[in-house]
Amino acid sequence: MQFVVPAGTGGGADQMARVIQGIVSKHALMRQPMVVVNKAGGAGAEGFLEAKGARGNPHMLVITLSNLFTTPLATGVPFSWKDLTPVTMMALDEFVFWVNANSSWRSVQDLIAAAKQQRLKIGGTGSKQEDQIIAAAITKASGAQFTYVPFRGGGEVAVQLVGGHIDATVNNPIEAVTHWRSGALRPLCVFDTKRLADTGKMTETQAWSDIPTCREQGLDVDYLMLRGIFMPAGVKPEQVAFYEGLMAKVRETPEWKDLMQQGAFNTTSLTGEAFGAWLAREDERHRSLMQDAGFLANPA
Amino acid sequence: MEEIGLLMQGFAVALQPGNMLLMLVGVVLGVLIGVLPGLGGANGIAILLPLTFAMPPVSAVIMLSCIYWGALFGGAITSILFNIPGEPWSVATTFDGYPMAQQGRAGEALTAAFTSSFFGAFVAVVMITFVAPIIAGFALRFGPPEFFAVMFLSFACFVGMAKGSPLKTLAAMMLGFLLAAVGMDTVTGQLRMTFGSEEMIRGFDFLVAVIGLFGISEILCSIEEGLHFRGQKAKIDLKVVLRTWAELPRHWFLAIRSALIGCWMGITPAGATPASFMSYGVARRMSKDPAGFGQGRIEGVVAPETAAHAAGTSALLPMLTLGVPGSPTAAVLLGGLIMWGLQPGPMLFVEQKEFVWGLVASMYLGNVAGLLVVLVAVPWFAAILRVPFPIIAALILTVCAIGAYTVSNAEFDIVLMLIFGIVGYVMKKLDYPLAPLVLALVLGDRTEEAFRQSLLVSNGDLGIFFHNWLSGGIMAAGIALLLWPALAWARAALASGLGRARAA
Repeated sequence: MQFVVPAGTGGGADQMARVIQGIVSKHALMRQPMVVVNKAGGAGAEGFLEAKGARGNPHMLVITLSNLFTTPLATGVPFSWKDLTPVTMMALDEFVFWVNANSSWRSVQDLIAAAKQQRLKIGGTGSKQEDQIIAAAITKASGAQFTYVPFRGGGEVAVQLVGGHIDATVNNPIEAVTHWRSGALRPLCVFDTKRLADTGKMTETQAWSDIPTCREQGLDVDYLMLRGIFMPAGVKPEQVAFYEGLMAKVRETPEWKDLMQQGAFNTTSLTGEAFGAWLAREDERHRSLMQDAGFLANPA
Repeated sequence: MEEIGLLMQGFAVALQPGNMLLMLVGVVLGVLIGVLPGLGGANGIAILLPLTFAMPPVSAVIMLSCIYWGALFGGAITSILFNIPGEPWSVATTFDGYPMAQQGRAGEALTAAFTSSFFGAFVAVVMITFVAPIIAGFALRFGPPEFFAVMFLSFACFVGMAKGSPLKTLAAMMLGFLLAAVGMDTVTGQLRMTFGSEEMIRGFDFLVAVIGLFGISEILCSIEEGLHFRGQKAKIDLKVVLRTWAELPRHWFLAIRSALIGCWMGITPAGATPASFMSYGVARRMSKDPAGFGQGRIEGVVAPETAAHAAGTSALLPMLTLGVPGSPTAAVLLGGLIMWGLQPGPMLFVEQKEFVWGLVASMYLGNVAGLLVVLVAVPWFAAILRVPFPIIAALILTVCAIGAYTVSNAEFDIVLMLIFGIVGYVMKKLDYPLAPLVLALVLGDRTEEAFRQSLLVSNGDLGIFFHNWLSGGIMAAGIALLLWPALAWARAALASGLGRARAA
């Protein structure tokens, strides 16, 4: 059984795939061995095209991130999520607006006001992917212009912010949590419609749940990143049902729950038609966000 | 000294019999992984990672980091014996290591490579033990302009390293940059020069190119020269290790300088590959006999190997303290840490003392274990050269093909490898140097990225590269190195002019 990761080793999707692989083998949830394969070329296009070409193959799973929508839109690679069979949504990854703890910005308003005085720099992972889309959405909602500086990975972005080379980031919780706890970074708001669930104290004074939503702070932007499992097109319904069941078992294990808590994930899970409807909605939303920002490879 | 006490506790953890066994298994696996080109440390660790979930985190990371040491050691073996770098950071080792093997000094070259690797790693571990927090803070100063400055310095150290026509060197380097630009462009998120081909989306992986340019083209050359390896008559026994050791202390200064370059490059974090190139370039510059480099000088093996290992080891420091991997292998280890419930970053040293110091202790012990394993095996490795060429050539071709495939599980890469083999052969015949091409291919991508990130930050102002003493200083050093040949020439001209004036 091949588990395709359309991203490089060490990133969020890769970690999740390898945790799933570890859980499946540790709890003996499946008889066949599961092999994780990274196909990172072209912002994941390589992995998606491989899955598209594997029509009817029941021995292949793909874990996706938002590049499921963004890569085809930004590069024009001939692929869409409709070329795959959706199996299940495992979780949604949150985004938090971070600034350096030494900065004078204590709220989103402070930052937006400063950004209107002087162009600030937002760092993020990759180009025309989720981080830059959020940055563009912030500009659209607030009117403040930012310079977006792309880096290779979330960990690198967080360190650039700690080092003061950029002014703000929209890192995932897991990418920046250690710097928050060490007192180097300050979270301003979370890009979700409701606050994070985890109430355990992460620093002396704050828990994840203490971070306000951006909407509360007057910045009307929300964005969640899909962590979903797909199969190639043309597979049988009972094959999809098998993997749905497998992943449901994975989500019940303590290892999985640990990962969800560490990364402060949104643990929403969808399958079947509800998942399909969610995908269609998100696809449309990405298209319009990217169209507004001028990121489309083939503007209609 | 709090560190010493903690380290001793760490040793107590690492020296448990179970952990010692894991260490040995790790080193042996690592050497095998390092020997197979393509199946690098990153892939090897990624494959074995799930096996470690059942272990306690300390044992797991001890085994995985020993695989890492083993791979670092193993990469040198094929570079020296067959001119095929098993790992990207062993490319610079081929420049002098392979000529040494051809002269029948394979045992000597291997011993020098392993010993200097050990020395480099040792220096880096000592540094990690005592100055980790200070150094970690230093890494934070590196933004895009500083990163570009370091890359610029690497290129500057290396320019003029190839003998022969400077124009040919430049041409080879430009070809390297061109190849590095193919595929996804991180800054704009666009595909470049893929010409609509799905296979080109990946770009040209450095390892595939190197396996072809060095390995396959070498086999083509050997076939042309009559189907035999030179240097197979060498007498090989364990005494060669002792003989080489007697000679090595003479190069102490070189070794220390290379180790420092390596530590610096590992922390910044530029990584082991540029470190090895930079160290080789500097060694050649500073040598009294630069022309002898590339002909089989032992310094040409000591310099890159020491630096590569110092860098490979110190690359673990930014990973542990900042959560930023200094190398692809460190990136996979990082994923592992998170899975064992450890959050890499500044809090790790505070909250997970037992884990951190167990790991540091295993670095000491793993290195010693690695050195012993590979040194004992030197005669066996060197004896491979006695196998008749037709048999070994077929084996090498097979291993190369497997390696090229493994890099990203793509059949097309095997075709690419063969094409690069022919390109390499033609370039050798026409006297185009391969090293600048390889350097540009491996560093071109990151260099370009850092350059453009810097300009984004500064709104297109080139002054950003001199905006503080750090990047300005590194840039100035790079420019000075670039101008060195011109300066040396001017001084010589001036001296001879004065001489003539005095004579007249």
